This record gives sequence, C-alpha cells and structure tokens, in this order.
Amino acid sequence: MTGKTNLSIKAVGGTGSSQVAEFPYRETRLAQSADKQVEFRSIEKRYGHHQVLSDLSLSIKRGEKLSLIGPSGSGKTTVLRILMTLETIQGGSIWIDGKPLWHEERNGQLVKASQQHLRRQRAKIGMVFQHFNLFPHMTALENISQPQRIVLGRPRVEADVQALELLDMVGLRERAHHYPAQLSGGQKQRVAIARALAMKPEIMLFDEITSALDPELVEEVLNVLREIGRTSDMTMLLVTHEMTFAKEFSDRVLFMDGGRIVEEGEPDQLFSAPTQDRTRSFLRKIIAAGQRI
Amino acid sequence: MSQLYSFLPMLLQGLVTTIQITVVAAVIATVVATVCGVIRYSGWWPLRAIVGIYIEIFRGTSCYVQLFWAFFVLPLLGVTLSPFAAAVVVIGLNVGSYGSEVVRGALKAVPRGQWEACVALNYSTWHKYRYVIVPQAMRLAIAPMANLMVDLLKITPLVSLVTISDLTYEAMVVRQQTGNSFATFLTILVVYFVLSSAIIAVFRRLEIHFSRGAETFATNKEAAAT
Repeated sequence: MTGKTNLSIKAVGGTGSSQVAEFPYRETRLAQSADKQVEFRSIEKRYGHHQVLSDLSLSIKRGEKLSLIGPSGSGKTTVLRILMTLETIQGGSIWIDGKPLWHEERNGQLVKASQQHLRRQRAKIGMVFQHFNLFPHMTALENISQPQRIVLGRPRVEADVQALELLDMVGLRERAHHYPAQLSGGQKQRVAIARALAMKPEIMLFDEITSALDPELVEEVLNVLREIGRTSDMTMLLVTHEMTFAKEFSDRVLFMDGGRIVEEGEPDQLFSAPTQDRTRSFLRKIIAAGQRI
Repeated sequence: MSQLYSFLPMLLQGLVTTIQITVVAAVIATVVATVCGVIRYSGWWPLRAIVGIYIEIFRGTSCYVQLFWAFFVLPLLGVTLSPFAAAVVVIGLNVGSYGSEVVRGALKAVPRGQWEACVALNYSTWHKYRYVIVPQAMRLAIAPMANLMVDLLKITPLVSLVTISDLTYEAMVVRQQTGNSFATFLTILVVYFVLSSAIIAVFRRLEIHFSRGAETFATNKEAAAT
C-alpha cells in the first residue's frame, strides 16, 4: 500500500479521533455504482457516551422513495440530520453522487470537509422539519422567495414567480402575504415544503413532517407529498409515524431500532410479513395504538 | 427668572454637547454591542476570550475611573485623545459591554430551528445573520437596549471630568452665577426627561418595525376566523 494510490479516511468530529476508518479511495469510487445516489458507510454517531447510530450502512438509489420507521430514539431522525449536515459524525463516511459529504480530498488524503465543500454538497439536499421552522418575520411568499434570491442568486421577479407557482401547487396562493403566525399548522408545513422545493434539491428529507399537526390537518400535508411523489423524480427520504402513508408512498421501508437497521424491504413485504421479531412487536404496538396498516 | 434668560444660550450650548455625545456614544455602543455579542455567541474561541476580557473590565470598573484613564493615563502611554473622543469612546465601550450581553442573550433566544432552517437552505454565515437571526434577535434586544441608551444619556454628565461643558456642567455654572438653584435644576431635570422620552420613543418605533409577523392573539384569532 503506497500513499499515492490509496487514501485513508479520517473520522470527522472532535471526540471520535480513535475511530479512523481506512479504506482505499479509488476502490470506493468504483464501488459507487451509477444508480446509488446516497451511500452511508459504517456511520458512527454518538452524543457523549450515548451511541445513536452504530456501524450504519445504507444506500439509496436515485429517485427512490425511502421511509424510515421505528420507535422514538431509534436514530431515524439522526440519519436525516447528518445527511443535512445538521449533526457531525464520529466515524464512517457519507457519499453523494460519488463524492464524500463530510470529507474532501486534499494532498492525497480525505480530510474533514471545508465550509465551501459542505455548501456545495448541501445544495443538492433539502429538508422539511417537524416544526416547520419558517422565518416568522417574513410572509409566506418571502419565506419561499428570499432563499432563492440570496442563495441561488435568482432575480427577485423570477424568485417571486417561482414562489407563487409553488404556493399554487400547495394550495396557498391566497395566503402569499400572510405571516406564519397567521397560518394554521398544516398551512405552515405546506409553505415549508414549497420553500424547500424552490431550491430545486435532488434529494428531499422529510422529518416527521406531520407529527406536530392536529390530526385533521395531517391529510392536507400528505396530499402535497403525494403530489410531489407523482410529479417529480426527486430522491425522497421520509421519517414518519404514518404507517399507512409509508406503505402507500414508498418504494422501500427501513425499520430502525437502537441505532441500527433491523429490517428493510418493500412496503408490502415489511408491513405484512416482517421477518424480525422487533419489527413485528413494533408494528403490533402501532396497530394497538389504533393505526391501520 | 428673567435673569436666567440671559444664560439660556449657555444652557443650549450644553444641550447640544450632551446630544452630540449621546448620539455618537450610542452609535459606538450599538456597533460594539452587536459585534461583540455575535463573537461572544458564536465566535472563534480566542476572539471570544478577548471580548470576554473587555466586557469584564468595562463592566467591572466604573465609568468615572475609565474616563480618567482614557484622558489622563493613556497620554502617558503615548495615546492622546481629544476630550470629545475620550468621552464618546469610553461611554460607548462602557455601554457597549453591557449591550453585548444583551445581544448575546437575544441571539441565544432565537429558536434552534431557525438556525437549522438556514443550514437546510444553504445560507452563508453572513446571510444567516443578516436576514434571519439578527432581525429576530433585534426584536428581543430592543427593549433592554432602550434602557441602556437611557442609562447612557444619564452618565453623560461625567464628561465634565474631562473638561467638556455638557448640559449639567453649564447648569452648574449658571447656578453659581445666578444663585437660582431651583429654576436651573428644574430646567435641566425637564430637559433630561424630554431627551430620555425621545430615546424611548425612537426605540418603540424600532420595536414595532421589527415585530412584523410576531405572534399575537389578534393575528391568531384572525387566522382562525378566515
């Protein structure tokens, strides 16, 4: 092994320096086949001594709609948050389109990514949050239009037109000049979806986007998701407690527990004939809680 | 009373000086508070430490002593400031040290989700502060900042220690020359009250400006009704 042909990976994040995953860089690039858009390789994530994700590997195809289900604390939200670079990782690597997310190549080594590298990679990803996180001091229209102007450099007119079209799509055109405080939870979430879509991401992350809503508002948000699923070929990752929706919407479902992927499969198979005990007991609890699957 | 009229130009002169010092020192204090507050909240640690030392020194010693230092001791170290410069720099840094804690607290009060939305939308650090965080922090910082600015006005009489003739100093002179303590001091009492009311009015307007979209019972009710 010479230093020229092989690159080693250094762990990202301060506390995990003892965990240095090493593997040949070239081989990895070749191993990344064309239809794999996102790849998690042996991800380790800890908060202090609490292990959130351990040795998690996962690949996602371009255009795939993937749902992550599991009990709270299973690490499913963390999967989305580290892909959005909201959380650092302590070991392993994430690859998007064959390029590392948390690392970049410098002097023949993969080192911790610079801010510029993170911003370049982040541009491909959008996220919708459980608690909407709309900017409260801007109207619905400004919330969608401003990021396009200042991040993508679109002219105001173009950004506003785009924002209005998206508001139309989520059924809120007449609410364009309302502030978030004047909107219902479901309306806020639909604006937040429109805001994320306006940035034209290739990969969209939806983190329990209906969990903070009153039950009667859930469906209007899910309808928007259905519409997006029908009309776009974006890769979509969904963390959800809505099992019926996950079954209907996704190409593949992942059941997580204790920071690991316990089972994965096509929705019909995983929901009707789970192979793992833990999956079965989780689904039983969900059904006992009154959800239809 | 008529005697006092002839001294009115003196008092006016002092009033102009007081206003000049208040305005310039307030601008310095605001800039210092904003910059140091942001550094204290999220800066690179050596900068954060330096700012921390500055804040502790200026909060931990009196403005009176700081003025003496700026005007009488700094020249011994080779730095000579005009009386006006010494006054506005010291008052600005003094109030700015309190202000930076106000700014830091306001930044801390902006919900975490707002910062995360900026990451998800790929905002640069500058855009994040400029368009999202600072406008929201402003709303929270304005009321305590208004108090600090009124305090700033009320410590300006200290500048007479460094040979500046401000409103209070001129009033002392007038009182000595006319012997009319009551009228003289009543005049400046009213003038200071009007000045601080003006400061509060300005900040009230700012608060309204930055409260756009702020959650209120009325707007929620309106949304529910439509």
